Amino acid sequence: MDTQLALWEVFVQSKPGQPYKHAGSVHASDKQMALQNARDVYTRRGEASGLWVVRAADIAASDLADSDMFFEPANDKIYRHPTFYEIPAGAKNI
Amino acid sequence: MTKQDALFQYCLRLGDDALILGHRLAELCSRGPFLEEDLAQTNIALDLTGRAQLYFQYAADLEGRGQTADGLVYRRPERQIYNHLLCEQPNTDFAYVIARQLLFSAFDRFLLEDLCTSKDERLVEIAAKALKETRYHLAHASDWVYRLGLGTGESHRRMQQALNDLWPYTGELFEIDDVGLHLLEAGIAADLHTIRALWTPEIRQMLQKAGFEQPADDYMHTGGLKGIHSEHLGHMLSEMQYLVRAYPEATW
Repeated sequence: MDTQLALWEVFVQSKPGQPYKHAGSVHASDKQMALQNARDVYTRRGEASGLWVVRAADIAASDLADSDMFFEPANDKIYRHPTFYEIPAGAKNI
Repeated sequence: MTKQDALFQYCLRLGDDALILGHRLAELCSRGPFLEEDLAQTNIALDLTGRAQLYFQYAADLEGRGQTADGLVYRRPERQIYNHLLCEQPNTDFAYVIARQLLFSAFDRFLLEDLCTSKDERLVEIAAKALKETRYHLAHASDWVYRLGLGTGESHRRMQQALNDLWPYTGELFEIDDVGLHLLEAGIAADLHTIRALWTPEIRQMLQKAGFEQPADDYMHTGGLKGIHSEHLGHMLSEMQYLVRAYPEATW
């Protein structure tokens, strides 16, 4: 029997304005505990400015079996890729 | 008593509370109830050990004579260690760990807030840094108090037991002796009368909200300020100081 508390996915923002990136997961019984555990497990060396925690059960994920249908059609259409213009010098975070 | 002597003693007391409670929590490393809580408790232990180092370094500087923070930790006998008895009480079960942390961190928060306005600059620096950590320690402990209080019958019963057993160690937190009085008059030490007036209703409110009965205010243990301890401290020190005492020249 799984006696662990509920699973939560943790997203860490490294600096203000940056996107939140998935860091891993923690077990917790409630939001507060999930945030505190995420803080203690993933940010204790001071590498964060923000944290999100989301119940793993609340995440809708694509199915591996659907990969062809989902992702394949985009691969051979080069015109979909924004590779035809120069990124201006000085533009960050693109 | 000179101001310098009093301040030295005061730093030892502040440092000893942090050191001894930090050591207790460090004992939980790899023994927490689950991985995340294990890390949480060890983080708190590291916060406390870190600030103990700052207090002891200040004490060592005040004393002069080439004393070091490590020397103060590893070479003082039990009778020269001045932590409050609450901090040395054992990790009987998780409820005790949380009850001890709640009672102490709530006190420590008010103490550090007060020290942030001390006339001693170095204490202000240490307190400002430690206060941020302690606010987190208190939030962590109080969240658990609510969970355990409003959780199952067993969690409630164990937590109430821990609160009842540790309550007689809380009176000592507010004891004032010559050292405290001397430094209070000098505008350096925290005002424990004021802190008691803040701590008491705050704890009462938290316990009430979590569905606990307020433990009775009868017999209160005392002795820490004079270096007189419960039976637990000697065992902690024998482990903590063993290596340095057995191999005085060891380096690592």
